[in-house]
Amino acid sequence: MLSNETIKQRLIEKFGEQVTNFAEPYGMLTFEAPKDMNLKVIQFLYDDPELKFRFLTDLQAVHYPHEKERELAVVYHLHNLEDNVRIRFKVFTNSNNPDVFTATKIFEAANWMERETYDFFGVNFVGHPNLKRILNVDEMDYFPMRKEYPLEEQTRVDKDDEMFGR
Amino acid sequence: MSDHIILPEGSIEKNTTTLNLGPTHPATHGVFQNILELDGERIVSAEQTVGYIHRAFEKIAERRPLYQITPLTDRLNYCSAPINNMGWHLTCEKLLGIKTPKRVDYLRIIIMELARISDHLICNSIVGVDTGAYTGFLYVMQYRELIYEIYEEVCGSRLTTNIGRIGGFERNFTAKAFERVEKFLDEYPKVLREFNNMFKRNRIFMERTIGVGPISAERALNYGFTGPNLRAAGVDYDVRVHTPYSSYDDLEFTVPVGSTGDCYDRFLVRDQEMWQSISLINQAYRKVQEFKGAEADVYHADVPEYYLPDKNDVYTKMEALIWHFKIVMGEIDIPPGEVYNSVEGGNGEVGFYLISDGGRSPYRLHFRRPCFVYYQAFEELVKGSMLSDAIITMSSLNLIAGEMDG
Repeated sequence: MLSNETIKQRLIEKFGEQVTNFAEPYGMLTFEAPKDMNLKVIQFLYDDPELKFRFLTDLQAVHYPHEKERELAVVYHLHNLEDNVRIRFKVFTNSNNPDVFTATKIFEAANWMERETYDFFGVNFVGHPNLKRILNVDEMDYFPMRKEYPLEEQTRVDKDDEMFGR
Repeated sequence: MSDHIILPEGSIEKNTTTLNLGPTHPATHGVFQNILELDGERIVSAEQTVGYIHRAFEKIAERRPLYQITPLTDRLNYCSAPINNMGWHLTCEKLLGIKTPKRVDYLRIIIMELARISDHLICNSIVGVDTGAYTGFLYVMQYRELIYEIYEEVCGSRLTTNIGRIGGFERNFTAKAFERVEKFLDEYPKVLREFNNMFKRNRIFMERTIGVGPISAERALNYGFTGPNLRAAGVDYDVRVHTPYSSYDDLEFTVPVGSTGDCYDRFLVRDQEMWQSISLINQAYRKVQEFKGAEADVYHADVPEYYLPDKNDVYTKMEALIWHFKIVMGEIDIPPGEVYNSVEGGNGEVGFYLISDGGRSPYRLHFRRPCFVYYQAFEELVKGSMLSDAIITMSSLNLIAGEMDG
């Protein structure tokens, strides 16, 4: 049975001090790596005959506007279906130059997940075959899930909207 | 578009035809678009467009207290809204460390499996409609109606259910609700058997579905397939077995798998899952009946911070009034944490990735929506096949626009 400790050891053996911030919130091993390492780590997790993380469950981003140079986190949830172990892998990038390598070469599933992440957070997935907006309109010129775009104040009264007036 | 698409070798056409399937087309059964390039009647390429009913749930959730997010989850896969609701409650309970009583777990299983049946029932009967057999769809609809009546008795609504609360159910199941469950268990198997007689060995149906829209196990995994569509390809991954939640590990059931991943296998897997669900409801119902005395009235965990107190207590007891006010106004701070939790939805793994920074609402909430993930394989599934096969493939994947767009 593959334990979190084993995964951690294998990663440290392979990548040394580049994999950091190991934690286990609610039992799921979580760690991070520099953003230019993301493909190497995912490929290693995929290929390693012991680890076998070959299922991409989920991929999304989180915006932390107050963490300078680490504003955007891209979070991968990977699953080893044989041993039934899940891990969470994060890479951080700044929001001015949010380039992260695409995982589409390893997982087809990453295609739309990355498009969604680009659509909402503006993460630029380098090498993605078709990186364009997916859920929002093509003409949109901002990334709506970033924290600088708050939801509209529900109690506002200054809006003159005849059709949907409140 | 058609000028840079090269016709396949041997084609007698002069150029390809572009066909817009959707966004409002009766065959899509939902609001999404397919731009198909056709060589005669064969599909050369397909481009999917989604997002027509995007409602920004993830953004809205960032300003709502936990209990107000439940109605958002209804609207993801609206064919099996209760599973999404329960998945959300389970996620919150995991974050908050709430342990639900066994009776609540079994009641939840009854509701979730009913939802699974109604989801699969719609999908399978719609495959029937798209192959030209409307009767089956109309025939089974009365049992979906009965399932909706059970929801109605438990929570008051039918389609977008908002069923249950963090910690349990909003009220105990009434005798009438159990009566309806019994009626369902009694009558539905016969109906399902008859429905199957119409399709399973029907030559027209078999010829229309066997070998149509197949996918190998390897490709399905790479595309992130989950649920019946993955199992039809031969991978026995089921969240209920792999990460048991809500006491699924107390009950016995098998995970049906197919082999070719084509429309016929998807139909059969969904069908077998319905039989398994019937057995699960039966087992869970029997377990519920075993509770005696005070235990038989338990329908929620004791979590005053998140579970709305009884209305009579609100009017007569100070403490209940305070909790009621705090919960309704969203004044309860959620403990900080980061949690991923998933349940087996009608279409596969419905995941909730919840990050809390200690405020009154989530810092970030992401829904893993199985439809969204596997719809991207559509082009690969239908390339080179006939237009009419693409339509069956689409309905047998059970694409739900609400779940795709989030």
